[in-house]
Amino acid sequence: MKAAILVFPGINRERDMARALKLISGHEPAMVWHAETSLPAGTDLVVVPGGFSYGDYLRCGAIAARAPVMDAVRDYAAKGGLVLGVCNGFQILCESGLLPGVLMRNARLKFICKDVHLRVERSDTPFTRGYNAGQVIRVPVAHGEGNYEADEETIKRIEGEGRVLYRYCSADGLVDESHNINGAAHSIAGLVNDKGNVLGMMPHPENHVEDIMGCTDGRGLFAGLTAHLEKAA
Amino acid sequence: MKARVTVTLKTGILDPQGKAIEGALKSLGVDGVASVRQGKVFDIELAGADRAKAEAALKEAADKLLANTVIENYRVELL
Repeated sequence: MKAAILVFPGINRERDMARALKLISGHEPAMVWHAETSLPAGTDLVVVPGGFSYGDYLRCGAIAARAPVMDAVRDYAAKGGLVLGVCNGFQILCESGLLPGVLMRNARLKFICKDVHLRVERSDTPFTRGYNAGQVIRVPVAHGEGNYEADEETIKRIEGEGRVLYRYCSADGLVDESHNINGAAHSIAGLVNDKGNVLGMMPHPENHVEDIMGCTDGRGLFAGLTAHLEKAA
Repeated sequence: MKARVTVTLKTGILDPQGKAIEGALKSLGVDGVASVRQGKVFDIELAGADRAKAEAALKEAADKLLANTVIENYRVELL
């Protein structure tokens, strides 16, 4: 794996992400400053980490989405390169047009910082092959704007194409409004683009990868990506 | 030249902040408030005096950055 983690002013989860990637893939990721106009040669995974790029000014992720490095990411994604956006990274991917829809203010207006359960909807993607379809994992969220919305037509297409990979659910996998922490359409916690190579998700799998964190359910995502990229290499 | 770009949420988009403000106004006893939608105003100063050029630049600014046209509408005014 040759991962590149994008670094914007105000991002604060890039080191957690680097640690998780190193721990699971065995390879140190490159840190790429937002003003760069290209990605390191041979990059096979771009990660847009969480945090508060540009202090969430204007709209979450709006300013980061227009940074020079994002043009390079768009080119890379258009060629099928894998992109993972977590939390603010998900917001940045939506604002940059790499994913449809938008992350709105949480329906009950509160910043939510706690562990949640996610149902893995399918296991036949690079982002979920480390899990079984239907498996429930526990990972933390920390966001004020995670309420995923898109127009009805778009949601219908996303669902029809099986592009929702992670959904908020109960500990035993029940998806309903009482477990939909932020009011997201169809309890969407993570979805991919139409080609399936760009994933955006609000929860932080990188924060549940070591025993000291109390849970290692996030490892599957990185283990799956590592296996996918090793097989491709 | 001075200009103003107003960005508002499209109809039908849930606006929990507007709802909270609406509730606060009602609890303050402000009469006759039926509903509140929150938006943003950008006051922009433009170099140059060509109105057509200014309008084109402001539209570009709104489309590229100031508004997320998935959920927001915008209005450009030269003052």
